[in-house]
Amino acid sequence: MKILVPVKRVIDYNVKPRVKADGTGVDLSNVKMSMNPFDEIAVEEAIRLKEKGVASEIVAVSIGPAKAQETLRTALAMGADRAILIQTDDEVEPLGVAKLLAKVADEEAPGLVILGKQAIDDDSNQTGQMLAALLGWGQGTFASKVEVDGDTVNVTREVDGGLETVALNTPAIVTTDLRLNEPRYASLPNIMKAKSKPLATKAPADYGVDVAPRLKTLSVAEPPKRVAGAKVADVDELVAKLKALGVVA
Amino acid sequence: MKTLVWVEHDGGAIKDATLSAVTAAAKLGEVHLLVAGKGVGGVAEAAAKIAGVGKVHVADDAAFDHALAENVAPLVVELMGSHDAFVAPATSNAKNIAPRVAALLDVMQISDILSIESADTFTRPTYAGNAIATVQSSDAKKVITVRTTAFDKAARDGGSGTVEAVASTGDKGLSRFVGAEISKSERPELTSAKVIVSGGRALQNGENFKTIIEPLADKLGAAVGASRAAVDAGYVPNDYQVGQTGKIVAPEVYIAIGISGAIQHLAGMKDSKTIIAINKDEDAPIFQIADIGLVADLFKAVPELTGKI
Repeated sequence: MKILVPVKRVIDYNVKPRVKADGTGVDLSNVKMSMNPFDEIAVEEAIRLKEKGVASEIVAVSIGPAKAQETLRTALAMGADRAILIQTDDEVEPLGVAKLLAKVADEEAPGLVILGKQAIDDDSNQTGQMLAALLGWGQGTFASKVEVDGDTVNVTREVDGGLETVALNTPAIVTTDLRLNEPRYASLPNIMKAKSKPLATKAPADYGVDVAPRLKTLSVAEPPKRVAGAKVADVDELVAKLKALGVVA
Repeated sequence: MKTLVWVEHDGGAIKDATLSAVTAAAKLGEVHLLVAGKGVGGVAEAAAKIAGVGKVHVADDAAFDHALAENVAPLVVELMGSHDAFVAPATSNAKNIAPRVAALLDVMQISDILSIESADTFTRPTYAGNAIATVQSSDAKKVITVRTTAFDKAARDGGSGTVEAVASTGDKGLSRFVGAEISKSERPELTSAKVIVSGGRALQNGENFKTIIEPLADKLGAAVGASRAAVDAGYVPNDYQVGQTGKIVAPEVYIAIGISGAIQHLAGMKDSKTIIAINKDEDAPIFQIADIGLVADLFKAVPELTGKI
């Protein structure tokens, strides 16, 4: 089967985001950008399924500015076969992304679409579920284990109380959680090879999808700052503080 | 505005998360509840007693057992014909279901809201809680998930809602529940605990978690949490994880032991009322937000602390 892996270019997870002084957003100029960590896990899982002989082809797709090409090249260097960039400088919300991906899925007819469970910039955790709804497919969200068995995919999910396993008919949607796998690093030869792998560039208009935002960001502010308190010298002083807080009788 | 609130339950008891969602929904208007599952008559009776609740819609059918999104979403969409907003606590079940509902209604979901500014304007955290966005929705119907620590819990009694059965929308045949491994714990639930004792990588192994963190938690009647590093290293199960991608908590007292304080961890606990850090590295970022800090070797300090309380 073919696997489709959507990937997003986001601020690097190690960078502490700074809110712009005018309250219009987070300052992303001159900030290190990377592939969303959950998407790396998605790419890795697709490659492992290919290595097991389950997947025949892996198509990475990204929606974003021209620079999102770098993110797609990273996916290609890890082991994806080809890439599609739907290029736009406008911010596209999860609903718009899901609509575009649904069109790509119609064209490509994958057996599985593997997405990250959330992007670490907008923290929405919506796109995979929305895509599943639009396609009318089953969804295995927050996956920590994926096993394809003929026309069924068994997905073990990380839920509030522990783990849960669901069986989905393929085609299906899977969204990755942190513990699904450990993504590989792209080797230098593979990075070089990735440069010659096919990357098609499209525009949202090519798919006839209206991606106008439904949510308007009125302002972006810094969260209230916590001030560091005092350090205590020893355990006795800590016990006294706990008593003062009423935690200890 | 009529709101429909997703009732998070385990087949018997209503989870506290639901009560926070009810408080949020009440700010928007009339509160109706949806109880979906198999054999949930008792849950519906309990739901009707929650303060401020009007109608309780009950969908009792095997198709809704285990809250499979493929079956539950069409049920919610059906009920949204007569409601203006779907409000759900940001639990793993609701995070699975709500976006599916939103897409079927062709609306954008507003995830994990912290406050309601008006009927169409909300605040929500982005970038691991490092930026708070105020967003205005232009959609006719709203689909909202609620950060439960940001809203008080509605009272479990005092309400006089009416229970009404709704017809099942059936099993869509796309998915099937196979099984679950639910962690058993006698301790309070992490997301609703008043005190949390949390351990990190510095614990070195799962055994130390049991002999150092758990006795302190038990003395304090606290829930036990962990950093991602401790979970990844296999010291504790994944549902202990506090952080951007784990659970978001805001207890009265959060005691971070052997946790450096990466931004992804802080995202899950920095709204705690009092933060106490025990760490031997005095430059650990956790001390920048801790109200009370103790620079000490946890292997000595924590057993001593447990012994003295």
